[in-house]
Amino acid sequence: MGSGHSAHLHVDGDTSLHRLPPHVKLVGLLVFVLAVVSVPNEARMVLGALLAMTVVVLLTTRVPPRHLLPRLAVETPFAVFAVVLPFVAVGPTVDVGPVSVSQAGLVAAAALLLKGTTGVVAAVAFAVTTEPRDLVRALQHLRVPDPLVTIASFMVRYVEVVADQLRRMRVARESRGFSARSVRAWPALGSSTGALFIRSYERGERVHLAMLSRGYRGRMPVTVPLGATAGQWALGLVPALVAVVASLAVRAG
Amino acid sequence: MSTPVLDLHRVAYAYPGGHQALFGVDLHVHPGESVALLGPNGAGKTTLVLHLNGILTPGHGTVRVSGLDVTEENLLEVRRRVGIVFQDPDDQLFMPTVRDDVAFGPANLGLRGAELDARVAEALAAVDVADLADRAPHHLSFGQRRRVAIATVLAMRPEILVLDEPSSNLDPTSRRELSDILRTLGVTILMVTHDLPYAVELCERSVVLSEGTVVADGPTREVLADEALMTRHRLELPVGFSL
Repeated sequence: MGSGHSAHLHVDGDTSLHRLPPHVKLVGLLVFVLAVVSVPNEARMVLGALLAMTVVVLLTTRVPPRHLLPRLAVETPFAVFAVVLPFVAVGPTVDVGPVSVSQAGLVAAAALLLKGTTGVVAAVAFAVTTEPRDLVRALQHLRVPDPLVTIASFMVRYVEVVADQLRRMRVARESRGFSARSVRAWPALGSSTGALFIRSYERGERVHLAMLSRGYRGRMPVTVPLGATAGQWALGLVPALVAVVASLAVRAG
Repeated sequence: MSTPVLDLHRVAYAYPGGHQALFGVDLHVHPGESVALLGPNGAGKTTLVLHLNGILTPGHGTVRVSGLDVTEENLLEVRRRVGIVFQDPDDQLFMPTVRDDVAFGPANLGLRGAELDARVAEALAAVDVADLADRAPHHLSFGQRRRVAIATVLAMRPEILVLDEPSSNLDPTSRRELSDILRTLGVTILMVTHDLPYAVELCERSVVLSEGTVVADGPTREVLADEALMTRHRLELPVGFSL
């Protein structure tokens, strides 16, 4: 539990998506998702086609489905929301089998499902082909402010250290007969959380000392600059371009 | 005599809260020496270590590193010369991969490209972990992480290696492997430790710090053989260990 979210997302491989420079993929992903979201909800055929294209892109990564499916589960809460939507939305209704549901709700639900799934599939295609450190380098290359890049980089590095600490604290609590079954357990859980926060904060101070000791002066050094050829940019932006054109075409038509 | 790598003269320090940790410490470490810094918990060892590369600046007294005063404008050079390896490798290793982490120090010194790669390879080879370059620090064993932490500092080609409790939390084999490696490095060492047999093994000279002052400074075996001194400063050899 809690171990290896960052470690298990990426899957080694040597496909064209794996080989694309991370900043190209990141820009491509961002533009693509924005374009998909901007497609009007009624254009379900277009949204379906974009989803199909994204699935094809994901398949080119040759990552086994048993690895992909758990990653896609992140969409579940949105899917549940989409299913509920037709029943709670107001306005004219239509009959679907024995139940009558809101028409506007149905349209919104379908669009939400299509757009959400497309976004998640695209993000997973990015995540399984990009190492966490390359994501950090891409953010740095794209001039995201240094503190944000450093925070992202430290999260990648320390999420397991903190999860491990949390696990040890839980084992220590339970070893002394604690069980979190009633409200009366909340104060103990609260102070555990507080202790974890203090410890993480103190670790932050020690890490900072260690960084200063090795000559850190407020900027993370760029050791391997990223670069991309025009061809790589063209390839990386194909899905984004298709989505932008589709969105504009639907709006114009 | 040669210029000492470390030259501390009457260093005194009180924390902002008012707690005084150091009361006039004199310490000299010469090139090629291996010196153990011993002392009970709370003696001021860590505070002293943080003075060696200018993280803390003394309230009184001076710190010089190979003749260079530890001042604001010399900080980067001082931090290159004094390589501190902290006790918890998880504090020291903060980059996503071992290679990035070892490159962090020399990159801050301005190295790039092939020169940087060579420096990283050299440091990893020195502690015998060349094969771990592309691994993430949290996937390494504790002993491996300790060695990588040493490599991160060696990559800056320091004049002195300052190790805070290098043998703590290591299993006996890792502990022995680390001492083998430390002996081959050929760099001046100041080692803060509670592991007295380790001090005997690796350091010909020991300095005992207690309540913020140096109370003994001499050949390790002589210092550890002085029972009255040892008892007074809460130091004892493990049962069954004889000098």
